[in-house]
Amino acid sequence: MSSQSLLEFQALTFERDDWPLFNGLSGTINAGEILQITGPNGCGKTTLLHILATIQPFNTGSLCWLGSDISLCRQQYLSAIAFIGHKPGLKLSLTPRENLQWLAQLQPLTRCTSAEALVRIGLAGFEDVPCHTLSAGQLRRAALATLCMTQASLWLLDEPLTALDVQGIADLEALLLAHAAQGGAVVLSSHQALINPVVRTLALDAMAEAEL
Amino acid sequence: MTTLSGAFFGVIRRDLSIAMRHRGDLLNPLFFFLIVVTLVPLSISPEPARLAAMAPGMIWISALLATLLALDNLFQDDFTDGSLVQLMLSPQPLWLLVLAKIIAHWLVTGLPVVLFSPLLGLMLSLPEEGFAPLLLGLVLGTAVFSLLGAVGAALTVALHKGSVLLSLLVMPLYVPVLIFGTSAVQRAVDGMSYGGVMAMLAAASAFSLLVAPFAAAGALKVGING
Amino acid sequence: MWQWFHKLGSPRWFYQISGKFLPWLALASMVLIVTGVVWGLAFAPEDARQGNSFRIIYIHVPASFLALAGYYVMAAAGAVGMIWKMKLADMVMVAAAPLGAALTFIALFTGAVWGKPTWGTYWIWDARITSMLVLLFLYIGIIALSRSFSTRETSTRACAILALVGTVNIPIIYKSVDWWYTLHQPATIKLTGAPSMHPDMFKPLLVMILGFYCFYALVLLLNTRTEILLREGRATWVKELAQPK
Repeated sequence: MSSQSLLEFQALTFERDDWPLFNGLSGTINAGEILQITGPNGCGKTTLLHILATIQPFNTGSLCWLGSDISLCRQQYLSAIAFIGHKPGLKLSLTPRENLQWLAQLQPLTRCTSAEALVRIGLAGFEDVPCHTLSAGQLRRAALATLCMTQASLWLLDEPLTALDVQGIADLEALLLAHAAQGGAVVLSSHQALINPVVRTLALDAMAEAEL
Repeated sequence: MTTLSGAFFGVIRRDLSIAMRHRGDLLNPLFFFLIVVTLVPLSISPEPARLAAMAPGMIWISALLATLLALDNLFQDDFTDGSLVQLMLSPQPLWLLVLAKIIAHWLVTGLPVVLFSPLLGLMLSLPEEGFAPLLLGLVLGTAVFSLLGAVGAALTVALHKGSVLLSLLVMPLYVPVLIFGTSAVQRAVDGMSYGGVMAMLAAASAFSLLVAPFAAAGALKVGING
Repeated sequence: MWQWFHKLGSPRWFYQISGKFLPWLALASMVLIVTGVVWGLAFAPEDARQGNSFRIIYIHVPASFLALAGYYVMAAAGAVGMIWKMKLADMVMVAAAPLGAALTFIALFTGAVWGKPTWGTYWIWDARITSMLVLLFLYIGIIALSRSFSTRETSTRACAILALVGTVNIPIIYKSVDWWYTLHQPATIKLTGAPSMHPDMFKPLLVMILGFYCFYALVLLLNTRTEILLREGRATWVKELAQPK
């Protein structure tokens, strides 16, 4: 396990209509690390993940991937991250397999096939049924199946535990640990504490000036 | 690694197969198109001569409204279920993926309207000479409607009740296409050459093809943070 | 040069410097407009065919000029704000939209009033009036879009994109409407504006156009200053400004 820093954000400021959500937020995410963002509702967990995923622009500050500014290496950065938002990102009229195959054409999901990933995440037998017949927990699993397939080194997960049962949470944690052990990094937001003790937490209070 | 063409055609194929699973939705704009045109003789006059005079304009306006009606769905569904974000986080150039979505959207909304238009021409007693320029013009015109409309659809993607706003934003931009499109048919009916007008329509669609995917990609990056 | 550009981007600096310009602009626009109005209404010769009703051009023409120019001002400000992330340009864009829409409306309204004695009807699908109407729709689209977003940043970016797309389209729209009009133009109605104008009619018009430009700049500055105060309300210099001395 190396402790090379992958993503570094410095003095991030994000304002929503002049109301600062973050004011000078800094931190680094190192290889082999699982970082959990905690905090009450509305403190900006999702916004921070969106900023890290370059979905949401920030006002001031810097975001660096492997030492170079994100605006200079956005293409490279996008092929190095996997983002799963609180919406699963699945088309309900398509099957899990079709959804994953589509995603694999857009993003570097080449470690295993969609069929293998669906088996590993516990959706064997549901590969070819339309997603609208799946339960919320199964949908979440189908979305998380991309994590088995992705080559990305940094995972950004917004509330990944939502709707998962105990077994699902254990499976996810095993995935996260395996990823971290291989030198990847994970940033996730969650209200619940993970069972896993290796996790480092970043607490966001409303308008916090957090320093890691 | 993902390839450019794989991503491009993957987006088209996926959008088409989603459309095929909601075949009922595919027909809705067509029925709308048909009903609007049916209202014309009912509200004005069933007299063939008067209908023929109005036919080019009425067909074009109904085609415009029918494509506008379907425009809402270009990005909105994908935004709601979160797959739009996944599309945008692809390392492939976003404008190309947006173009793929526009093409798929045109194939399931614009093209059926074009194919349906001769029937409406018949119903509105459009003279025979008008059919060729009507079809050709609508092919080019509906492409512009989808392309420019994509910018508006991208801007309003995260807004609730964005559809009226969307019409408000894009309809003024459709004015030139409507003018060229209807006058091409009118000129043909009047026995004049319509090559020049059609060339302008072609120029308009080529220009939209160049500009709209980039503008829509930029608009999406802004619009998703609604 | 770069430093100057950077300074211009600072809302505070702009607020202070524009405050010094305001009285002069107000004075210039007042003098020009009063001169133009008196000259145009009282001293310019009567039109041979239209009589006194032509005098409305002293409002109609300058308003139409600025309605179109205002769209370009708005789009240019939006582009600058988007490319260089200049906050001030964003504020100018936001300030320019309602102003431009108001001028477009004035141009349309005076056109209609002028149309009654000239054509016998308030509305006629003349090429210029139709283009002006489409321009009004473009403005309305921008204003409607700007009101629909929950955050100001997104709203500004979205409007900038729409304004740019509109700018690219405006020449095409104008040309196509002109062309459309020549197709349908009834031979009996032909109104000639500036070309056949007597110099004595034209000079007050020039003064009015200048006056309207100054007035436009004045209102744009005032709107922008309001926008600055709104957006920078949390900055200390704005709070100091609000303190009674």
